Amino acid sequence: MRARAHVGPGRREARAWSGERGAAGMGEFKVHRVRFFNYVPSGIRCVAYNNQSNRLAVSRTDGTVEIYNLSANYFQEKFFPGHESRATEALCWTEGQRLFSAGLNGEIVEYDLQALNVKYAMDAFGGPIWSMTASPSGSQLLVGCEDGSVKLFQITPDKIQFERNFDRQKSRILSLSWHPSGTHIAAGSIDYISVFDVKSGSAIHKMIVDRQYMGVSKRKCIVWGVAFLSDGTVISVDSAGKVQFWDSATGTLVKSHPIANADVLSIAVADQEDSFVVGTAEGTVFHFQLVSVTSNSSEKQWVRTKPFQHHTHDVRTVAHSPTALISGGTDTHLVIRPLMEKVEVKNYDAALRKITFPHRCLISCSKKRQLLLFQFAHHLELWRLGSTVATGKNGDILPLSKNADHLLHLKTKGPENIICSCISSCGSWIAYSTASRFFLYRLNYEHDNISLKRVSKMPAFLRSALQILFSEDSKKLFVASNQGSLHVIQLLEGSFKHLHAFQPQSGTVEAMCLLAVSPDGNWLAASGTSAGVHVYNVKQLKLHCTVPAYNFPVTALAIAPNTNNLVIAHSDQQVFEYSIPDKQYTEWSRAVQKQGFHHLWLQRDTPITHIGFHSKRPMHILLHDAYMFCIIDKSLPLPNDKTLLYNPLPPTSESDVVRRRTAHAFKISKIYKPLLFMELLDEGTLVAVERPLDDIIAQLPPPIKKKKFGT
Amino acid sequence: MVNSHTLSKYTLLRGQEEKSVIQSFTASVDRKFISVMSLSSDGCVYETLIPVYPTDPEENQRVVSSLLLRAVVSGSAPSGVALTVLDRDHVAVLGSPLSASKECLSVWNIKFQTLQTSKELPQGTSGQLWYYGENLLMLHGQSLTVIPYKCEVSSLAGALGKLKHSHDPGIQVMPPFVNWEASQGDGLGSQHAEQPRRILRRRKIEVSSQPAVPPSKQLLTTIMKDSEKHIEMELRKFLAVKTPDFHAIVGDLVTGLLGRCQVEPSFCPRNCLVQLIQTHVLSYSLCPGLMEMAVKKTDVQLLQLCLQRFPDIPESVTCACLKIFLSIGDDSLHQAEIDMESVFDYGDSVQGDNVAAPVDVLQNGFSPEGDTCLSCCQEVPAKPQDAAAATPTCPVTPQRAALLNAILHSGYSEAFLLPHLKDIPAQHITLFLKYLYFLYLKCSENATMTLPGIHPPTLNQILDWICLLLDANFTVVVMIPEAKRLLISLYKFVKSQISVYSELNKIEVSFRELQKLNQEKNNRGLYSIEVLELF
Repeated sequence: MRARAHVGPGRREARAWSGERGAAGMGEFKVHRVRFFNYVPSGIRCVAYNNQSNRLAVSRTDGTVEIYNLSANYFQEKFFPGHESRATEALCWTEGQRLFSAGLNGEIVEYDLQALNVKYAMDAFGGPIWSMTASPSGSQLLVGCEDGSVKLFQITPDKIQFERNFDRQKSRILSLSWHPSGTHIAAGSIDYISVFDVKSGSAIHKMIVDRQYMGVSKRKCIVWGVAFLSDGTVISVDSAGKVQFWDSATGTLVKSHPIANADVLSIAVADQEDSFVVGTAEGTVFHFQLVSVTSNSSEKQWVRTKPFQHHTHDVRTVAHSPTALISGGTDTHLVIRPLMEKVEVKNYDAALRKITFPHRCLISCSKKRQLLLFQFAHHLELWRLGSTVATGKNGDILPLSKNADHLLHLKTKGPENIICSCISSCGSWIAYSTASRFFLYRLNYEHDNISLKRVSKMPAFLRSALQILFSEDSKKLFVASNQGSLHVIQLLEGSFKHLHAFQPQSGTVEAMCLLAVSPDGNWLAASGTSAGVHVYNVKQLKLHCTVPAYNFPVTALAIAPNTNNLVIAHSDQQVFEYSIPDKQYTEWSRAVQKQGFHHLWLQRDTPITHIGFHSKRPMHILLHDAYMFCIIDKSLPLPNDKTLLYNPLPPTSESDVVRRRTAHAFKISKIYKPLLFMELLDEGTLVAVERPLDDIIAQLPPPIKKKKFGT
Repeated sequence: MVNSHTLSKYTLLRGQEEKSVIQSFTASVDRKFISVMSLSSDGCVYETLIPVYPTDPEENQRVVSSLLLRAVVSGSAPSGVALTVLDRDHVAVLGSPLSASKECLSVWNIKFQTLQTSKELPQGTSGQLWYYGENLLMLHGQSLTVIPYKCEVSSLAGALGKLKHSHDPGIQVMPPFVNWEASQGDGLGSQHAEQPRRILRRRKIEVSSQPAVPPSKQLLTTIMKDSEKHIEMELRKFLAVKTPDFHAIVGDLVTGLLGRCQVEPSFCPRNCLVQLIQTHVLSYSLCPGLMEMAVKKTDVQLLQLCLQRFPDIPESVTCACLKIFLSIGDDSLHQAEIDMESVFDYGDSVQGDNVAAPVDVLQNGFSPEGDTCLSCCQEVPAKPQDAAAATPTCPVTPQRAALLNAILHSGYSEAFLLPHLKDIPAQHITLFLKYLYFLYLKCSENATMTLPGIHPPTLNQILDWICLLLDANFTVVVMIPEAKRLLISLYKFVKSQISVYSELNKIEVSFRELQKLNQEKNNRGLYSIEVLELF
């Protein structure tokens, strides 16, 4: 009955829409609104800030390490997939912008930031590693182990080398900090802090931390973090909720700040040593500053200045960049809080950033079969979208004639996380890759049954892929390997044939992270993190051209049908259109650059992660970030800063003429958020995959309860 | 001031608001300018400044009006609008505001562009408004309505609504601090005047028409020599006329009086001092010797007055006052004229510090006798004597209560007060604690947790003082047998409070669960197909 009731007005609506199609309407879509992508980001374990490159390394509890470029609009430009046994407990940058991590498997790992893989892993032979720090010069590494040993490693150009042990302590070393001069270190353990002389390797002081907190004696007091200042002060944070200042020369407690009823888990000091930040298990981040006791006096003292409550759960780690406080924890958000007094220009960069979702696409779709492939850390899920016969007007929820089906749950073998995955447009091929293995599956659909067959004997060079893409006709597979090469593979029924490998240009080993293929299958575009976009001719199997490099990394790529225009989105929110046949930017792109984007468009704080096209409307480009999707109609005038960029209200009262006059190229909708994926399935059908934050929070462990009354 | 024999004509130059018509205007005279405020039909208030001494009176001169307040009333009011100036920073506007159709009297702060207060006049007005002697007069319907209104000194905190109302609205508040800018402003202003010559001439005239010695100087010499009676009369005369540097002069006068007191022990200008304190312009720092003298003479009335009026009394002095209030005999209290405003009618309050017969009073929220769930209650069986101790009978006379309330109302900093509190004898501490506990029980009799009366101590003040006293004297109090019962009741009170809060926390958790359930219900499911039209 309900379905029928919708038919009448729906038809009218459809007619009206087709009538004014050319005039003003961007069109009416049926949107498959998907909220069953059960993705939960892993909690953040460590952050490490590199001042020279202004990059931030973030490690998560599943072992994933992500690199954010703070200069490029906080874009997550690189990531290293996680590993079940490689739970990172510490992360640090050393000289020459090398990145190391250490974890509970007892290994120290160095990452290759060019090829995007693990360079090597080395056992420290001290049991699980709880802490690691680089020397002030960046040439030595110090790790604190479960067995109470502190081990010093020398960093050589291509590896690290064990040098010696410091005096062994009774219990595990949970935190380490190097004196800026490099002569002493402080090590936080259970119930005490040791100060070591680096030269002799012996402990010169042992500072016992009070277990009591507000009259309640805890069983143990764990020193979660220490920081050694150049004046000899050691700052410690512990599980009793205290921030304490110690004099390392005499080994005495100078000052104690009880700040939380729960553990204080992390500490980070600014390079100038005039401010530091601590994070607590209650989700609060406190800022401490060194301020003059009275105005005009040279005597200074540490004062707790600002509390921030941007987290709901444990703040496991904090970092202090020159202009911002950075924190992350169990609630999976990476929070970057600019310090207003340090920000010179009060522009949009001074706003708080909260990064929750990865800046890459975890979802691919088969347009022909209306399938969605979801990528999780250790499995893939294949879903078939439902259908409806009803129609309706804007905002209606249509009755489903068929619900969405969960077709397949594909679990990976081994401890490694999935790096990337893809489903072909016809739905009969699925490919995914981990750090060491590449998998290709052939799917057969017989009525409601699906059979899955793995294509065996993948060639040795297809060990690991950073990005996988099928051609539109599902006859070719493109694989970006982490050695910088691009493989073209021809797919046959149940087998494959390696056609060609585009080798990286001599001298570069930069891995390609993004791929796009033209719908006619002739062109392949590939982009790394810094160099320009390379366009290859697939028929002739040679490099066609390289789009000039731009200052900001590419966040999404796509090639338009028919025109073969390459649309490139960058992390500074610029969008370029480059004609592949003409080897130059298109007229429209030049016009956009000349006029500039609307200031609100440039102020969005999540990158565009996907670009799509409308097969019947060549003038339209669909793109989306986490909080909006936009259809750019190239035939309409561009908005200038005076026009309203985003108008959520339908023009009900206005006449068509007014509407046409105020219409501009950017049609934005913010209905679906957080939006992880959006694609045009056919002319009038969209699929939008949302992941509401509440659903993620519901799957996190409960936070520490705080009393509201009687405090 | 204005030359009454010359006619000066001015043309009002108006900018964009040319089309609007002036609907109401009012004028006030400053020293240099006549300020004409006009309310235009576009709803905005404009100000025009016309110099008091025109440069060329014969010619038709042009003056410019500037926008003062934007769109305070809708211009198209049926019965017209009216405008009147209340003081330097405030105007009252009669008319219908833009958002509402009903007519309304609103007071605006020009300095901070904020609406100070407004009152709806549903029966309509005639568009006439006067301000006379701190009363706003207007026609409301068929009657003449008088609304008393006194402008407070315009401050940012007041404009933002953050000014603490330390006094009841009935009491008119004068600035407690010396407003140096206000008292000097006029003099400075005249120095920077644009027409110094004319001002100088006027000054000469002023000076010639007045006696050579200003009245304040005269008064000071009177204070030094004459009898109390005479001083009092002179003072009354002086206070009747407010001079611009009033604050400073009052300070000088008090210092003068106190100086003479020290020289002549028999000289006691009490009435004069009371009068001066009641001007509301004095503060502790302006006359530090005043309270010291009052403490020395145990003049409780003067001390109470000071506690009520001075915003900046040091904690040591507050504590000295408290000591006196607690130790002074009942007889001398009866003789003193004490302001009993803050004390409500205790009804069964006792004469002397004896405990009267118990009176059962139903308490809201807390009842020590009936509370059986507390373990301590079982230890102390609810004998009639216990009940007597817990029932609210005032342990002090109303006079003493009034004095103690003045202490409760005064501001303090905990760290500075605590050491002084330790000097108070234990039995006095017990008495004060008893009184505070009595106040608390009175508070908990009604749901709003307030005491009756005009200006009673608040619950927070009472509890803060209980904590302070116990913090400072617990080790002493705990040794006194008389205080045992009191401490037990306080302990029970805290315990009951904790249980209430823990219950509240439990309720909060249950509510959150309910909220979660509700959210799940509202969740629109995991999958839907919707229609979207992009415009």
